[in-house]
Amino acid sequence: MKLSPAPRVAVNIFLVVFLGLVPVYAALTGNIFAMTLFARVMILALAALSLNLIMGYGGMVSFGHAAYLGIGGYAVGILSKEGIDSGFIQWPVAIGASALYALVVGALSLRTRGVYFIMITLAFAQMVYYVAIGLDRYGGDDGLTIYHNSQFGGLIDIGNKTVFYYLCFALLLAGIYAVWRIVNSRFGLVIQGARSNERRMRAIGFPTFRYKLAGFVIAGAMCGLAGALLANHTSYISPAMMEWTRSGDLIVMAVLGGMRAAFGPLIGAMTFLLLEDVLSRATDYPNLFIGPLLLIVAIYVNGGIDGLLGRGHRG
Amino acid sequence: MLYFIEQLLNGIQLGMLLFLLAAGLTLIFGIMDLVNLAHGSLYMLGAYFAATFADWTGSFVLGAFLALLATLVVGMVLEVVAIRRLYGRDHLDHVLATFGLLLFFNELVRLIWGPAGLTLPLPSEMLNAVQVLPGLYYPVYRLVIIGVTLAVGALLYVLVMRSRPGMLIRAGASNREMVGALGINIKLLYTLVFGLGAGLAGFAGLMQAPILTVQIGMGENILIAAFVVVTIGGIGSIRGAFIAAMLVGIVDTIGRAFVPDLLHTYLSEAAASSLGRALSSMLIYLLMALVLVVRPAGLFPAAAR
Amino acid sequence: MADALLQVEDLTKRFGGVVASDRVSIALDRGELHAIIGPNGAGKTTLIAQLTGEIAPDAGSVRFDGHDITALPVYRRSAIGLARSFQITSLFLDFTALDNVALAVQAHAGHSFRFWRNARGDAALREPARATLKDAGLGARADVLAADLSHGERRQLEIAMALATKPRMLLLDEPMAGMGPEESARLIEILRKLKGGLTILLIEHDMDAVFALADRISVLVYGRIIASRDPAAIRADPIVRQAYLGESGGAHG
Repeated sequence: MKLSPAPRVAVNIFLVVFLGLVPVYAALTGNIFAMTLFARVMILALAALSLNLIMGYGGMVSFGHAAYLGIGGYAVGILSKEGIDSGFIQWPVAIGASALYALVVGALSLRTRGVYFIMITLAFAQMVYYVAIGLDRYGGDDGLTIYHNSQFGGLIDIGNKTVFYYLCFALLLAGIYAVWRIVNSRFGLVIQGARSNERRMRAIGFPTFRYKLAGFVIAGAMCGLAGALLANHTSYISPAMMEWTRSGDLIVMAVLGGMRAAFGPLIGAMTFLLLEDVLSRATDYPNLFIGPLLLIVAIYVNGGIDGLLGRGHRG
Repeated sequence: MLYFIEQLLNGIQLGMLLFLLAAGLTLIFGIMDLVNLAHGSLYMLGAYFAATFADWTGSFVLGAFLALLATLVVGMVLEVVAIRRLYGRDHLDHVLATFGLLLFFNELVRLIWGPAGLTLPLPSEMLNAVQVLPGLYYPVYRLVIIGVTLAVGALLYVLVMRSRPGMLIRAGASNREMVGALGINIKLLYTLVFGLGAGLAGFAGLMQAPILTVQIGMGENILIAAFVVVTIGGIGSIRGAFIAAMLVGIVDTIGRAFVPDLLHTYLSEAAASSLGRALSSMLIYLLMALVLVVRPAGLFPAAAR
Repeated sequence: MADALLQVEDLTKRFGGVVASDRVSIALDRGELHAIIGPNGAGKTTLIAQLTGEIAPDAGSVRFDGHDITALPVYRRSAIGLARSFQITSLFLDFTALDNVALAVQAHAGHSFRFWRNARGDAALREPARATLKDAGLGARADVLAADLSHGERRQLEIAMALATKPRMLLLDEPMAGMGPEESARLIEILRKLKGGLTILLIEHDMDAVFALADRISVLVYGRIIASRDPAAIRADPIVRQAYLGESGGAHG
């Protein structure tokens, strides 16, 4: 279905061009911080994108998605501490471990619905959070510094900030494209149908559970990748990566940007994180403004910011 | 053995606090179908108000009373100004909105009272310990918490199960439209229910203030536990909230007290303390997962909606 | 009943003290259009729920084409050829009419673990869906959102979705509900054309439709089948008149 009002497409194109040029700007002005900031935006956008797959399109409100950021990050950090610096090992482990945990969490949680589902996904994230706090060898509550970035042989050097930035950029764009294709595929329609009317889906013959579970696992795996990126970005891992408020942030980003739009999570992540950044400089009490803003968006805006730009009906 | 009983009492006391929070949450879930992440903020405000008013008036009891009133007022104002616009909306909108409120309140408290916490000293009479069993001394105040909460719970039960307003509340939980169609002022009912929930939360906050904590973010930790209680107990059920609260309070406390030691007998020192702490923190979540696998709608779900 | 496609035997369901289904037995021959009528609260919804697999009976059995399907999960019943429509319209409101029917087609087109190809551009799904929509009289409304369809059109879409799964038997739960005379007449025509080729179990209150279409009628009162005969016999049966037709004066129930 083609539903692309001019404002939305224009914003998307602008974003891509803008993000693509940030390192150029950084090189010209020496403002490395811009690259750091926007790399972080893109990494969290990838995480929000993965959440949006199951939440926006699938209707599964997971309040424990930050767990996969943590699992992915800790996979990198733990392996690094144990002397395994190769990204070829770390990153597949990050993705695999996240997928596995998503499989377990999904298998148990998807038997519930509504508020119960939200709570149980939250609980599962808390479990991982507490395990991380208990891991004294890997920093426990204080976290762990990572001394070497993931190594990829001669292929790519992500220790180089610009290279890392463009890697995040490429992965994010690939992710957006992948999600867009998945959502419009047969699989995606099943997920969307299950959100729209699960009882009807089962009546016409779809065993919805297995499809939702598959979606859940894909989302977890994608977020695990984001976690691996995050660990490399900050060279540091800590249980705070998976605090429930972080899961809340991801939900906010997905909703803010428009939940059924391809670029929604990116818009949401950008808006939320920039707002956070700007307000933190302007005042010592940024949440006095962010809080009510979220409240107002939730009450008055249907479809998030993307809804403001044009009908966010289909991505 | 005495240590076990002491911990059991602690667990019951924690369960009481959880019950106060969960009762409010479950009423609000059950009747208004509202997911409220800012419930913990009202708990926090109760504690902060109590510490401040007790300081001003010099009396713990007076301070507590004023704090309870203040929290009730804040709760009802919140409902009128913000919460009522969320009814009937997607749960996601609730999550977003109340998450925003949570952030706002934490920041507001930091602005007004500063980042360091407060203390709320106990009146001297309550500082003693009484002999509960031969050889076991237990603080008076903790017994007061258990006693007072039981009384509140009983009042709540009578209110919800035996009174006319309570009947409306229960009817509203099963069938909102019907109650509206009967001409009852739904708006007022909702404001009162939300206020009641806020009052219960604030009450829990101020009760625990002398022995536990008065600091920013205190709401979040216990809120999750309260959500676990509501989930286990079944949304909309006060009885479920009570039983689940006892379960969760006891499992959590006994777990934290005994699991690390239990592990010490099998594992090395270092592994035992890491794993022990992690495991005991996870116990209530494992309990919830277990319950949900067997009963996806909790132990005592209210009428289907 | 050698030719019975659906055989329901002694189906029983209790909810607390209430017996919603009291040893219900029905047999449908292939190609038959069998109507079930009865006053509200008679247990029609419970009966349908047991036939579709949403509720498990306490006792009794449901056999479809010789196979015992009593415990078969909901989503498998469509695969064996048993399709249903819902009493309260149950569609995918944020999808177009074509999308709705295409989903029904997709459910029977192998597994859906296909993650890449655009399903809306897949002729194997869209063409049959379009054809079914036309048969149901909604050909011109294919690209309209289900939410924007009129009530009658939504009921038609309900039928279309059931038909799209290429069923052998249709379970229609009050399809005429809320329809005006014109729309009802149209639906009666559609059903008239379908019966014979399809076996149909029709739960209905609309007596005009029932007597126009049914080969046989069963009367369900307080969970029990009190009569199961051809339409003329039912109309004349004094027990039925008293229990049901008499109460409502013979007009629309």
